[in-house]
Formats: sequence, C-alpha cells, structure tokens
Amino acid sequence: MYWWLNAFVICIVLTNIMFLASARLGSCIRIIAFQGAACGLVSLFVYGYPFSPSVFILAVAAVILKGIVFPVLLRRSLEVSRSNREVEVFIGYPLSLLSGLVIFIISLWLGTKLTFTSLPTLQALIPLAFATMLIGLFVIITRVKAITQVLGYLTLENGIYIFGAGLIFEQPFLVELAILLDIFVAVFVMGIAIFHISNEFDHMDTHKMSELSDYKDQEEMP
Amino acid sequence: MMIPILFFTICVGALAAFFIRDDNSRRRLLVAAALLHIVLTVFAWFDDTTYVFGLFGVDSLSRWFLTVTSFLFCAAAFYAKGYLKRQSHARQKDFEENLLFLDAPEPVFTGCLLLFLSCMTLAIFCRHFGMLWAAMEATTLATAPLIYFHRHHRSLEAVWKYLLICSVGIALALLGNLFLAAALKAEGGSGAQLFFRDLTSPSVHWNSAWLKAAFIFFLVGYGTKMGLSPMHTWLPDAHSEAPSVVSALLSGALLNCAFLAILRIHQVCVAAGLGVFSSQLLILFGLISMVTAAVFIVGQTDYKRMLAYSSIEHMGILALGAGLGPIAYFAVLLHILNHSFTKAALFFTAGNILGRYQTKEIAKVSGVLQELPVSGFLWLCGFLAITGMPPFGLFISEFLILKAGFDSGHIFAMIVYLAALAVIFMAMAYTFLNMAQGKSRLQPKASQPEARSAVLPALALCAVVFILGFYIPPQINDFLHKAAVSMEAPR
Repeated sequence: MYWWLNAFVICIVLTNIMFLASARLGSCIRIIAFQGAACGLVSLFVYGYPFSPSVFILAVAAVILKGIVFPVLLRRSLEVSRSNREVEVFIGYPLSLLSGLVIFIISLWLGTKLTFTSLPTLQALIPLAFATMLIGLFVIITRVKAITQVLGYLTLENGIYIFGAGLIFEQPFLVELAILLDIFVAVFVMGIAIFHISNEFDHMDTHKMSELSDYKDQEEMP
Repeated sequence: MMIPILFFTICVGALAAFFIRDDNSRRRLLVAAALLHIVLTVFAWFDDTTYVFGLFGVDSLSRWFLTVTSFLFCAAAFYAKGYLKRQSHARQKDFEENLLFLDAPEPVFTGCLLLFLSCMTLAIFCRHFGMLWAAMEATTLATAPLIYFHRHHRSLEAVWKYLLICSVGIALALLGNLFLAAALKAEGGSGAQLFFRDLTSPSVHWNSAWLKAAFIFFLVGYGTKMGLSPMHTWLPDAHSEAPSVVSALLSGALLNCAFLAILRIHQVCVAAGLGVFSSQLLILFGLISMVTAAVFIVGQTDYKRMLAYSSIEHMGILALGAGLGPIAYFAVLLHILNHSFTKAALFFTAGNILGRYQTKEIAKVSGVLQELPVSGFLWLCGFLAITGMPPFGLFISEFLILKAGFDSGHIFAMIVYLAALAVIFMAMAYTFLNMAQGKSRLQPKASQPEARSAVLPALALCAVVFILGFYIPPQINDFLHKAAVSMEAPR
C-alpha cells in the first residue's frame, strides 16, 4: 500500500514541476487533469484496504470531477475563446522553475514545523500539500490569462485536497459532497466567465482588465 | 418541521424563477419569496431542533443574523420589483463610454437573487464548519451573475476579480477547516468532527499551534469575503459595478454572513483558551480596515465606491468590537443591524441618483434635494446615520464599542478608531452635502415624481435605524443581551 502512495506522491510532484514549465495551454490542462486524478487516488490509499464505501465513493467522485469533468469544461472554454494557445507569463519559465524549487524547500521546512504525530502517513503528505498549494498561488499571480488562473485555482484546491485526504473523511458524507459540488460549480461559473471575457475583450489577459480603480485620470474631469 | 418546508419552498421558487416567462408574475414571486422568508424567520425564533444529522439548526446568534438578512432582503425585493419595471430591456447606452450594452436576462437575475438568499440562509443555519464553508462558497457563486447584470466590460472585470479573489480566499478558509480537524487529531484525539457545539465545550483537547494556524486561515479566508483590509480589493469594484439593489444586499447581508463565520471560529478559540490571540488579530485587522477605508474615502470620485469603502470601515468596526471581548458583544450585534439597514438604504438611494443623473462621479452630481426631494432627504439622513451621528442607531452602537474599548483598556486602538471615524465623517460630509445641495445641472425634464418603490424601502429602513437611536424595544434588548452572553459561553 505504502508503495502505491509513494508512486502517486511522486506523480504529483512531477506534475507540479511540469505545470510550471509548460508553455502550451492544452498541455497545462492535461497536466492538471492528471494531477487531480492522482490526488483523488491518494485519498483512497491513505486509509488503505479495505476501502470503506463513503471513502470509495468520494474518491471516485473526485477522480471523475478533477480528472475528466474539469478538463473538459476548461478545454471547451479554451476552444470558444479566440486567443492563442500559449501560456503567457510575467515571470519566465526558468525563473518559474527556480521559484518552484524554493517553494519545495519552504514546504519541506513547513512540514518539519507543523507536526502531526498521530497519523504518520499524513505527516509525510504535509510538505507535498503545501508545495502544491503554493505553486497554485504562484501560478495565479504570475500567469497572464484568465484560464491559467483557473488552473492555478485548481492546483490550490488539489493541494488542499491532499492535505484533507487524511482528515476529510471524518466529516459527514454530506459535507464532503457539498464541498465537491461547490468546487464543480465554481469551475463551471469561471468557465462561463472566461467565455464572456473572451467574447467581450477578444482576449483573456487579466492585466489588461484594469479599468476599475480608485483614482482615475484627472484629465477626464470637467 | 416548518423550517425545512419553508426553506425548500424558497429554493423551488428560486429555480422556478429561471423558467417563468411572464415578467410580472416573476417579480411577484420575488416579493412572495421574501415575505415567505420572514415567516421562516418567525418560525426560527421559536424552534430549537436541529435538522439533517445536526448539520443545521439555530442558536441565538444565528437568529439575529437571520432576522437582519430577512428584513433586508424583503426591502430589497420591493426595491428590485420597481427597479426591474423601470429598467428598459432594450440596448442601453453606457453613460461612461457611450457604448451599447444589454442587461442580463431578468429570469437569471431574479433566480440568482433568490438562490443567493437560500445560500445565505443555509450559511446562517449551519452548525458544522465544513457545511458553513460549502454554503459560503455557494453565496459567491450565486452572486457572480448578479454583479454581471449590466453586461459591459467593467462589470465583467469586477465579476472576474470577485470570483477569483473570493474563491481563492474561501479556499484558504477550507484549509483552515482542515487545520481545525488537524488540531483535534494531532494530540491523538479520537474524532475530528467539526460541529460547533462539540468544539466549544471546554473538554476538547487542542493542539494550540494547529488551532492558531486554523484561526489565521479562517480570518484571512472569510475576511476576504467580509471585506477586511488588506483582502478587500474585490469589494469596491464589485459594489460599484453591480446594480444598486445587489450592492445593498452584498453590503448588508453577505458581509454579515462572513462575519458570522469569523465569530464562530473566534468562539472556538475563546473556548480553547486562545481568546487573547484571536482577539488581538481581530482588533488588528479591524483597525487596518478602518484606516484603509478612511484613506480611500478621502478624495473618492465615485459615490458608489465611497459607500463600498464605508462598508469596509464598518466591517472593521465589527471585527474590532468582536476583538474587544464580551463587553462589546451587545454593541456588535446592534451594530450589525444598524449598519446593514443604513447601508442598504444608502445604496437604494444611490441607485435612484444614478438613475436620474446617469453618472457615478461625485463631481457631476449636485442639487439632489431639488431634483429628487425624497431621495435627497434620504441621502442626507443616510449620511448622518452612517457616520454615527445622533439620534441614529449607529451612534449608540459605535459609542458602546468605544466605551467597551476604553473600559477594557485598549486606549491606543480607540484613538485610532476615533481618528478614522473623524476623518471619514469629514470626507463624507463634504461629498454628501455637495451632492445634496446646490443647483441641479440637469436639463429640466418634465419632472416625474419619484416612484414609490424606489423610496419607500429606503425610508422604512432609515426609520428603523432612527427609532433604534433612542428606543430599543425591551424584548430586543433582552434578546441581544442573552445572545451576547451565549457568545461568551456557547451551548
């Protein structure tokens, strides 16, 4: 069992690195789909055999949502938008990878600070969870397009999910279901918003959306 | 059993609103659902049972929030009914850039308004932190289409910022939930169920490092939603671009729900003996919010943005009051009602002014009293109320918070509090008086009287705040004192 868990952990680490280095939107979506599916499976293996029914159902739901439904939704909004398929960045790829390395070091350090003695498997997952979350936040900040921000948000959610893998199944079944449903609707609504953005602006570059601010140009004033 | 039935009726109404084609009956449905919600609130006052495996239920804190939300939504429903009637369905000219734009289809607007109400009700009823998170995230998603009602690129920008900032913020609150579970488990505890009533009992063993981390993530996460500075950046944009009735609901009801979530986790910290830590953080964020609001209200050129910053100020006051401890809880609860009603009345009035003057720029509006007598009067009343002038209710609650602060020895915090209030008063006085007085520069049109639906809801809300300024009914007084005590030592 532990061997399986390690395999998935390595997969998630690799997807994080690939996500930072990938320059095509299509492959980014595929990478995040793979990462999401791996996260869903991690939650299954943390508890080990035999799978309890609620754990099994939720893990399957997570794999289907994160691995299939989200990528399909995002790919569709990518297809309807007229922008090119390139990930546009504020910080270049080599520097992104270097930042990723720093994030991994910080996460390992955080893992030694926040100790969790009663569940050793979870303790091993904490650095990975932090790294995935921080890489999600990093992508939200350093990528230009709206769709990459959604991908960053999904990575953040994946990180939280890894962390929750050991704890989340203590909660009532209904709560887990509500949380998954919420994330689904969030991605759905963001997809619609991207559709409107690419229609209205002919691009989805968030840094060009800077109309609203407090002190506008004074020359327009009468 | 009545509460679930009523709640599901409202939910069904929300879904039905998406499909009803006749405008008039859909608008009537909105008002009917709002009235039904008041009935639900009345039932909630006399019902102590919990529903769905103990996930939902009411305590005195949620009763108070429910009451405020319910009456506020009712006023908003009446206002929205008139607003939708006045709003033309054709392409309109965007007054800022002379481009044409359409409004979102009305069924979507009404349906989302009711879904928003349902999500808020759910959030208030939650007795479990995980469920609370789910309901709060649902409110974000239900309000996004509302902010994008006027379909032009500025509102689209606002809605994107709102969606992304709030979703990421709320995701951090989810992490806070997990930390809370970890704080229970780290010491080798058996279960990690996140029900409020279990967590506030003194017998729970906490790992304090995890619990502190959990509180920080809750505060940052729900603080984003509540508009605490420096996580407030979505708030002025969303409030200025949304239709006025939506701004009123965001300010008056949604921010309160996020505050309720923060209060819940604060209660847990207090019960776990970390009250000093959480109180200090609340005071710090409260003061930062007030100072930020003061800085941005001075010299603000857009009156809806000014009202949004005023909301940030009042959320700061609430966080500050909660941080001062049990001595200020009564004032905080009172302030919630006062602020919600006043701010909603002001946003309704701002909507009327916007409708007549077709601009959001403060410098281009003058002579509101002459052009729109009732709205002008409301604008001045609202100004006096929101800045905490007697005889309005906000004076009482802000003064009580000040007194609590001095009594508990937070002298420095209270000096900042007073300074921020003074700066905000001066800046707002300049703006509001300039807008209300003077000569109107509009072409004299065939003067239509103001629509009753445009002014009556705001008048009613203002009247309540005015009455609370010198007479708090003894029943409400008793209830609030009891609720304040129950916040100290929850069941």
